[in-house]
Amino acid sequence: MEQLKTIGRELAMGSQGGFGQSKEFLDLVKSIGEARSKAEEDRIVLREIESLKRRIVEPGIPKRKMKEYIIRLVYVEMLGHDASFGYIHAVKMTHDDNLVLKRTGYLAVTLFLNEDHDLIILIVNTIQKDLKSDNYLIVCAALNAVCKLINEETIPAVLPQVVELLGHSKEAVRKKAIMALHRFYHKSPSSISHLLSNFRKKLCDSDPGVMGATLCPLFDLITNDANSYKDLVVSFVSILKQVAEHRLPKAYDYHQLPAPFIQIRLLKILALLGSGDKQASEHMYTVVGDIFRKCDSSSNIGNAVLYECICCVSSIHPNPKLLEAAADVIARFLKSDSHNLKYMGIDALGRLIKLSPEIAEQHQLAVIDCLEDPDDTLKRKTFELLNHWFIQTMNKVFEHAGDLVNIKVAHNLMRLIAEGFGEDDDTADSQLRSSAVESYLHIIGEPKLPSVFLQVICWVLGEYGTADGKFSASYITGKLCDVAESYSSDETVKGYAVTALMKIYAFEIAAGRKLDILPECQSLIEELSASHSTDLQQRAYELQAVIGLDVRAIGSIMPSDASCEDIEVDKSLSFLNGYVEKSLEKGAQPYIPENERFGMVNISNFRNQDQLEVTSHGLRFEAYELPKPSVQSRTPPISVASSTELVPVPEPSYYRETPQTAPVPSSSDTGPSGLKLRLDGVQKKWGRPTYSSSSASTSNSSSLKVVNGVTQVDGVSSGNSKTHETSYDSRRPQVAKASSHASERFHTSKSTTIYSADNAVEKPNLVQPPPDLLDLGEPIVATSAPSVDPFRQLEGLLDSTQDPGTFGGTKAPDFMALYAETPAGGRSAGVALPLSLNRDGDNLIPGLSNASSNTVHGGTTVTNPSQISKGPNVKEALEKDALVRQMGVTPSGQNPNLFKDLFG
Amino acid sequence: MIKSVLVINTQGKPRLTKFYDILAVEKQQELLRSVFGVLCSRADNVSNFVEAESIFGPDSRLVYKHYATLYFVIVFDSSENELAMLDLIQVFVETLDKFFRNVSELDMVFNYSKLHNILDGIIFGGQVMETSSAEIIRAVEEISKLEAASNSISLVPKTVSGWRSR
Repeated sequence: MEQLKTIGRELAMGSQGGFGQSKEFLDLVKSIGEARSKAEEDRIVLREIESLKRRIVEPGIPKRKMKEYIIRLVYVEMLGHDASFGYIHAVKMTHDDNLVLKRTGYLAVTLFLNEDHDLIILIVNTIQKDLKSDNYLIVCAALNAVCKLINEETIPAVLPQVVELLGHSKEAVRKKAIMALHRFYHKSPSSISHLLSNFRKKLCDSDPGVMGATLCPLFDLITNDANSYKDLVVSFVSILKQVAEHRLPKAYDYHQLPAPFIQIRLLKILALLGSGDKQASEHMYTVVGDIFRKCDSSSNIGNAVLYECICCVSSIHPNPKLLEAAADVIARFLKSDSHNLKYMGIDALGRLIKLSPEIAEQHQLAVIDCLEDPDDTLKRKTFELLNHWFIQTMNKVFEHAGDLVNIKVAHNLMRLIAEGFGEDDDTADSQLRSSAVESYLHIIGEPKLPSVFLQVICWVLGEYGTADGKFSASYITGKLCDVAESYSSDETVKGYAVTALMKIYAFEIAAGRKLDILPECQSLIEELSASHSTDLQQRAYELQAVIGLDVRAIGSIMPSDASCEDIEVDKSLSFLNGYVEKSLEKGAQPYIPENERFGMVNISNFRNQDQLEVTSHGLRFEAYELPKPSVQSRTPPISVASSTELVPVPEPSYYRETPQTAPVPSSSDTGPSGLKLRLDGVQKKWGRPTYSSSSASTSNSSSLKVVNGVTQVDGVSSGNSKTHETSYDSRRPQVAKASSHASERFHTSKSTTIYSADNAVEKPNLVQPPPDLLDLGEPIVATSAPSVDPFRQLEGLLDSTQDPGTFGGTKAPDFMALYAETPAGGRSAGVALPLSLNRDGDNLIPGLSNASSNTVHGGTTVTNPSQISKGPNVKEALEKDALVRQMGVTPSGQNPNLFKDLFG
Repeated sequence: MIKSVLVINTQGKPRLTKFYDILAVEKQQELLRSVFGVLCSRADNVSNFVEAESIFGPDSRLVYKHYATLYFVIVFDSSENELAMLDLIQVFVETLDKFFRNVSELDMVFNYSKLHNILDGIIFGGQVMETSSAEIIRAVEEISKLEAASNSISLVPKTVSGWRSR
């Protein structure tokens, strides 16, 4: 060991007392140095502690010995062992009159104690006395202790003395007094708010060192409130000019550079003051330009000043000449062989491209080189820059193209952020997320952001807002509430925002932190739980439910950062076996497989010209819906679940909320559709204890996703049973969460009837997961029909991505609801929410409720666009209901003709 | 602001630890271990900067320099400049070297309080106070002189200048 070579020399010195320490201490250090293991070292140190414990309390220890003991205590504690038994002796030592002992005591207490330690109270008096000492060394030692040990409560006890010391004759004391006030400002800004003018005054101190020290607190003050210090711009500029022109005494030079640390501090201050202030900036151009020219770029510290100039130039109002000079320096940094300079160059480049994007191009190759550098730090920094670039570019796309941006682009962006670059580099991925979060938080306050962009923002903030710990949950949730408030007419965005809130809260709970729900979030949740949009309602209720869960439950339903996790699906729904058996025991009717069922009708393969297919589980279309004769004729058995059919959607607009585009008018002659419409609204009143299926179906169809259906099933399986689950491979953000929704929903459906259980058994068919479709939680809704490969058919639906969060289901759906939900085929995301509007039983028709209870079985998958015109339909609906009853149609039947009418 | 100054030898033993933020002893040890873990895995010809946010929390940066058997580390926030902090390490080491004449790790162990005097001359309360090593040495020697003068029991048998001329 290298240090042992010299140990002989040191031992010789030690024995002479050359270091003022005893041979014991030397032996201790030596034996620790020679320790072969951590355990051996610990044994030695513990022995030392025992011996110190014993000896430090012996009476009549000579002061010199006592000093050594204290130093040994400090040493022992530095090695990580508990020396607290000796703290009191260190405190006592500060009371000593001897300068050496006092200073040793102060050194030890500043290392041992923190500002809240019980022993502080024994020191405050001493500090007060020592601050008034004639000996400046004692004053300095006391000021040192003040910085470390004085807390908010004790500030007033020493404040007057510290302020007085600002006028001390020794510049070292004045400097330290300023630093102490600066610390007070850190600890409690209000404690010295009346003393801030002192900092301005001290800027004119005769000693440049004191002036330099004053820049530290001023930098903090200006960071917090630049406007109050605009008057100082001229002074700062003139100081910087003098410093740069070598007007300070030679003693302030460092490596031939005049007071570089003061220059750096001043440049930082100017950057703050000139930011967004053209007038102030103009004062600075000359001096910054001079420094660019004169600064020695061969020394490290010279480059530090140059780098600071670049930061300043990119912060203040832009000046072409200075930008050019900055670009030159960056070029030199990037071309340098020094990794440090490359690093600074990349950082500086990131600052400058905001102002002059064209310089990015010149340095492309250099940047790529940095990506391949063996230095992790540099690579990381470069990734940061590129991520930033990427996010900025995407932001521009959204800002300029607005709602013209295809929703798919947004979903791809979310996917990229969630999945990363596909490399194994987690840091790069988390960086991308961090820079996205940071950038979005920055941009989120801007007015009139396009809806698609806001969806991305909300999703990213919900998923990753608090992931890197930079931003608090309350900050992020506050921002999300602001979004929901400012875009209150955009329900999609609101839906995203609420789901994001739920994620943030879930992560908080999972991390074991106490939930701090802002009042505005609270009121938003309350408002939404009474929203006209059932989707929003659903989300609000889910959020409230999630908040009430404990850590374990949250961990399983909302795993952190699990948006890319694969979801496993138990297609056979085997987890329901027990339930089914129990129901059968209680006398429920057994499930009849489709092919054995009577009166089953298949409607298959209706195709829409525009290739948009909505697969719906064609199980239950209630006959009663159809006022037409054809309908009446058929009264298939109640539970008829036909094989799933693909129900083609006549046109994309079918699911769109806009009433005028709705292909099916609500008028009575278009009967079927109108009827269905009303059915959707009716749900809540149905005879079943729980939610009606139709509501569920609507809600689903509102969310319209394959993902949705799939994840629900999964949720069921994961939530309710541990049965085998088949996994399908797809990497979608959100699916996990989707499952949580589903599972929650599932849980709520306690009142499921046997019936519905039966239905649920059929479910597997519906739930074929289409792996390749599921990217990024793209919300494609499709139900699989057993006979038809749904996925192939669904491919056309890929566009219709949807917020993973959107698929909120109804609050208390039963199995049927689940069942019914899955079939719904959906179109684009935007469509989803509007549809859900229909659900809020506005046009509930009490009379219908009986019939509709049957409808449940039918699992009406057809969401009715005409629902939008819900208001006016009530009367009509009543009439139809009457008609249907008159005709004696059993609503549970399914009627192909219905679809013919609808889609033909 | 500077958050902490650490000197760790290549075996991971701390030689000087100064935290300007208040931290529990256990936390300090944990940080030391993490920092050492990162430093000893770095190659020689790479930058002197290390990502520190995963160890020290948000808004923290780390600059280190490797001299012989010792790592000198400064942790600071965004109000400081990386290159300048690198030079601050240089100031500290230069000063130690001038003060101790070819400073070795052992000088640092046996002169613990002087080490702190020097560091306190450079950084005070987390801010850079002085960067001229001549000035720092002058101040520290003055302290030693005054201490010696006030020291009735002659704590330091030889003056600093005495043993410096060894």
